[in-house]
Amino acid sequence: MIFNKKFAPLLIPVISVLLGLLVGGIIMLISGYNPIAGYQALWLGAFGDAFTIGETIRRTTPLILTGLAIAFAFRSGLFNIGAEGQVIVGWLASVWVGIGIEAPMIIHLPLAILAGMLAGALWGLVPGLLKATLGVHEVIVTIMMNYIALYVSNEIIRSVLTDHATKTEQIASSASLSAEWLQSLTMYSRVHYGILIAIFAAAIMWFLIERTTIGYELKSVGYNQFASRYAGMNVKKNIILSMVISGGFAGVAGAMEGLGTYGNIHLMSGFTNLGFDGIAVALLGSNHALGVVIAAFLFGSLKEGAGQMPTSAGVPIELVDIIIALIIFFVASSYIIRLAILRFKKEGK
Amino acid sequence: MIDLLQSIVPTILFFSAPLILTALGGVFSERSGVVNIGLEGLMVIGAFVGIVFSLTYQSTFGALTPWIAIVVAAIIGGIFSIIHAVASVSFYANQVVSGVAINMLALGIGVYLTKQWYDKGQTDMVEGFFRTDIPVLSNIPVIGPIFFERVYATSYLAIILAFVAWFVLYKTTFGLRLRAVGEHPMAADTNGINVKKIRYIAVVLSGILGGLGGSVFALTIVSNFSQSTIVGQGFISLAAVIFGKWHPLGAMGAAIFFGFAQSLSIVGSSIPVIEDIPQVFLLIAPYVLTILALAGLIGRADAPKANGVPYIKGSR
Repeated sequence: MIFNKKFAPLLIPVISVLLGLLVGGIIMLISGYNPIAGYQALWLGAFGDAFTIGETIRRTTPLILTGLAIAFAFRSGLFNIGAEGQVIVGWLASVWVGIGIEAPMIIHLPLAILAGMLAGALWGLVPGLLKATLGVHEVIVTIMMNYIALYVSNEIIRSVLTDHATKTEQIASSASLSAEWLQSLTMYSRVHYGILIAIFAAAIMWFLIERTTIGYELKSVGYNQFASRYAGMNVKKNIILSMVISGGFAGVAGAMEGLGTYGNIHLMSGFTNLGFDGIAVALLGSNHALGVVIAAFLFGSLKEGAGQMPTSAGVPIELVDIIIALIIFFVASSYIIRLAILRFKKEGK
Repeated sequence: MIDLLQSIVPTILFFSAPLILTALGGVFSERSGVVNIGLEGLMVIGAFVGIVFSLTYQSTFGALTPWIAIVVAAIIGGIFSIIHAVASVSFYANQVVSGVAINMLALGIGVYLTKQWYDKGQTDMVEGFFRTDIPVLSNIPVIGPIFFERVYATSYLAIILAFVAWFVLYKTTFGLRLRAVGEHPMAADTNGINVKKIRYIAVVLSGILGGLGGSVFALTIVSNFSQSTIVGQGFISLAAVIFGKWHPLGAMGAAIFFGFAQSLSIVGSSIPVIEDIPQVFLLIAPYVLTILALAGLIGRADAPKANGVPYIKGSR
């Protein structure tokens, strides 16, 4: 029954998550902590009360978007490690518009989000162009673009947006995503309207990929470039388009941080990790829109819940990073899990 | 002029040593056809082990401690990299994904254990390496004071290892096999070369060198371990591998150049022309140059043909 074809795609992610949590428990046990108390703290930290639920949703929001970004590129055979940088430039651009422009909310807010999206798209355009025209591998270019984004945006915050301050002023309320009724409902957590945008974006990705000619071509290029070219598709255009759309999603993720969670942008000493976590999300979500939403929620809960672990169970937060890394390994090595299932099935007969 | 060089050259060498070591690791791994985005994580493990070993055994081994620490860090780095080897060589995992996971896992484990063992997010400071004069060589007029006075011995270890790596890759049977496996694994297999074995060795070598690089970085530049000890040095090393066109000496040259760019943000204010350049340009220089190199504007950089492709026997 479990090996029914319909459930097969679900099997690998579920087994990977369970294995990840199991190994996490063993690590806690070996290092002298009580794994049950640890996971209890994790659960309470993510869903214990209205406040933590609000914070879990807030944390899930950008993860959905970066997950979509990476999943979208994956579907057309591209690996966008650059979501990290695209998040940063999207964050910067949206805050810039949020501070610099005065307009009624109905114009200001969409404009600020659009700015984030365009900045991310532009950051995706560079590797897309290089890949399409010169055949340069997008993985290396996007990694390099991450660092360029980090240092350039820090410089802009320091020298253009402020006078050597560590963070910018708050954005105008007309560009803010904050939802007062949601906040009051969740004991003033930082939850904001961004979650609706993220879910809407997931719907857009599903529609684009599954229901439009553009999506069909993108998938086709991902499966086989040569066959696609033979069928008369413009492979170069599709590669560029895919990276631009992917960057756009990641840019919106940055806008969520800028317009929703923080309302400003601060100097960053390192990466936000939203982009790298997005790789885990996309992978676990099998690059499907719905899968990405579920996976983002899972990782969002893990990351938020981790905050409770040091105080309640004495377990360092980093345990969750280890668990997430292990889950990635298990999903990535799905070949061996499939092999094991196959053996198991044969012996069962 | 000589005074200026005397202050700059040791600093450049000091900043580039960890990059050279890690980049050499990247060269081995990528030349055998295994992409190694995990260099960053291998450096993290190296830095962690190097610092913890020094803290624990400082009183036992005295002045020898940092030397033993980098050896131990190299060994643990090699062991840790087996995870990447198993995932990408035996389980046919996507090598980039596995590398990303290595980075997360290394940082997670390092900080987790730091918190468990020391009850805080960062370790205490260690003594690490000291600057020394290289005997005999530092007495050479002009060159001596510039290159061999008040330098870290680890800088020269890195440069020597780069030549060793070049010799291994280009002058030995093992090197020839390693390169063959990275270019055309099926042809290599047909000739009786054990593709998987060679790739395992190459990845473990990258772990050893990455661990060495990370520990040298920690014991010369930062002196403690925390979340933010290794921030991007592994990726700069990866850039050096590509900018150096996957050649050990090229990677060394690129690493020295990137070390120069990094050190400029520190010593730049004492050099007439460079003091006027805003720091951000120096910071992004390695990355921009790598992209330009890949785009073919600074000589074409071509990756080994089978780089990133798992070798599955019998598939075409």
